[in-house]
Amino acid sequence: MSMALLLLLAIGLGLAGWLAARARAWSFRRSGTERLAALPSYHGWYVALWIVVPVLIFIMIWSAIEPGLVLQSVLADPAAANLPTFDFQRNALLAEARNVATGAAAGVYNPAAQPLVEPFRTALAEFRWIGAIGTLLIGFAGGAWAFLKVKPDFAARTKVERIVMAMLLLASLVAILTTLGIVASLVFETVRFFGMVSPIDFLFGLHWGPDPMANAANPDPTRYGALPLFWGTIFIGAIIAMIVAIPLGLMSAIYLTQYAHPTWRKWLKPLLEILAGVPTVVYGYFAALTVAPWIRDVAQAVGITNASSESALAAGLVMGVMIIPFVSSMADDSIAAVPQAMRDGSLAMGATKSETIRKVLVPAALPGIVGGVMLAISRAIGETMIVVMAAGATANLTVNPLETMTTVTYQIVAMLTGEGSFDHPATLSAFALGFVLFLVTLALNIIALRVVKRFREAYE
Amino acid sequence: MTVVHPNLDETKAKISARDVSVFYGDKKAIDGVSIDIPTEYVTAFIGPSGCGKSTFLRTLNRMNDTIAAARVEGEIMLDGEDIYRSKMDVVQLRARVGMVFQKPNPFPKSIYENVAYGPRIHGFAESKHDLDAIVEKSLQRAGLWNEVKDRLSDSGTALSGGQQQRLCIARAIAVDPEVILMDEPCSALDPIATAKIEELIAELHGRYAIVIVTHSMQQAARVSQRTAFFHLGKMVEYGRTTDIFTNPLEERTKDYITGRYG
Repeated sequence: MSMALLLLLAIGLGLAGWLAARARAWSFRRSGTERLAALPSYHGWYVALWIVVPVLIFIMIWSAIEPGLVLQSVLADPAAANLPTFDFQRNALLAEARNVATGAAAGVYNPAAQPLVEPFRTALAEFRWIGAIGTLLIGFAGGAWAFLKVKPDFAARTKVERIVMAMLLLASLVAILTTLGIVASLVFETVRFFGMVSPIDFLFGLHWGPDPMANAANPDPTRYGALPLFWGTIFIGAIIAMIVAIPLGLMSAIYLTQYAHPTWRKWLKPLLEILAGVPTVVYGYFAALTVAPWIRDVAQAVGITNASSESALAAGLVMGVMIIPFVSSMADDSIAAVPQAMRDGSLAMGATKSETIRKVLVPAALPGIVGGVMLAISRAIGETMIVVMAAGATANLTVNPLETMTTVTYQIVAMLTGEGSFDHPATLSAFALGFVLFLVTLALNIIALRVVKRFREAYE
Repeated sequence: MTVVHPNLDETKAKISARDVSVFYGDKKAIDGVSIDIPTEYVTAFIGPSGCGKSTFLRTLNRMNDTIAAARVEGEIMLDGEDIYRSKMDVVQLRARVGMVFQKPNPFPKSIYENVAYGPRIHGFAESKHDLDAIVEKSLQRAGLWNEVKDRLSDSGTALSGGQQQRLCIARAIAVDPEVILMDEPCSALDPIATAKIEELIAELHGRYAIVIVTHSMQQAARVSQRTAFFHLGKMVEYGRTTDIFTNPLEERTKDYITGRYG
């Protein structure tokens, strides 16, 4: 509530500063003989930014420290003297009184909180005033300082451009810093996990079966061998899915770029790309309810009796279909980017269309195609829902695609949502798994980008 | 319509076009062109940009087939066989009528592979030994052998522009064509590389029927013995190169070669 008011105040001050500075710059232009170094509106923006940015910074800091200041002043009140000393009760009472004072709650539940409501109300009002006055003061100070600089020869435009650039930089830093934060948290938890289970056991152990109920202080390292998970991930995401996605994606890209009639292509390409927009949960249903039973039935029909209704094959096949658009749209782009002159050169030699495609276009587009496949693999091995629904939960080190299998992502979900407490090695193993997955996909992405870049250099 | 100079000697036509028109959709790009192209002489097509000379050239090996909206009327005979209607298909046609493009377009493969491409797809070489011989012979004829014989496995795209264009000529020669079409083969090259290509055309002259489209009238005068002047989709005048340049019969030809337009 008071936050919103302060923000409104900041915007109002900014607007006033903008108008005033612009008017002043206009008056220079009307009266002076000198040319202005910047358009009047740039002077306006300069002053407005000098008002709004410091005020926003103040509001941010203020909203962080204001609750503490309010609390201190309430605790200084005699009514707070007989509060219970036990933290939990004490905080509950204080929170309750605060809620009533701000209007978030209609009345007190615990009568002991009642005497605190009034001190809270006065303190809140008091600090709201202080906040508003602080905002005004800072806004006026910034505005006045900037306003005094508005002169005909003042280079407001370059200053404003520089501030705009700084804000854009800040915006891009947010994404990068968030990524760094994610990595840092992963690393932190992973290190904790490796303090309990050795990395050797984790990376090379052949048996996966963490017990979240076991004694946390003394975990059994033989139950933390993640190799079956890595194998399951690679088998489903990088082998079965790619066996489906690479030929289908490549062939559809070739058809779309080389054979399809333009109007046909105009309809087909977006339709194919819709595949990428289908939520993975829906693919999961499809894999679990349609493909997996079908595979089991077929397997039984040809005499394989122990076929499971959850299988690596079902998950891999559906995942392959899901990533067809990744492969095909990258392949499509890179085949279309091969210069027409190459195609003409080959056709003029008497090569047929398919010879031209096989011997000139695909080899020339290969780096782009490989890049697309890499991105598709990194997408596939990070995929969770299909595996959760169709592949099963049993870690299984096998090459039989009809058996149930599990992947890194599935186990991350299982460990984090399991019954174990948060500092139990079983739960922490999720972070180690996530960290390995992150490193692998990062490596794949870097390789893919490199490969694609090399391809771009060759033709532009 | 086309003015043909009277003092043309009798030659056997390798390619003969009769009343050829080309349409792009509804637009007529070439209007009723008839010409006989002999093996004995180099034939140059000249004319201002957009006059249809390249379009006509591309009908001779059916490269216009790659453009969906293009349609060709009239008949074009190669040794008396209609290339659009007989049972000869484009693959066979293009093995007999090779083409060199405006911009050098070697494949992003090795020099050897570039030249071996055509013989491979047409099954000319029975053994690696045969293929080596074809590659060497083609590169020699294109005047490139001495420059590249020690680096046949280097990429064709790493050569200089002029070398790339000679590689493309070697590539065309490798399938042993009867006709070589050249679509402004020197427009992307510097004068020295251009001179080399022109020398090469002079050497190839007689062995293959050569048709060259060019913007440069000096080039037409240097390399060709027959010249056809195109303007607005029509072939205005055709004759011996010396006649066209010294004694044009048509006003438009005279204007063009004296530089009044184009």
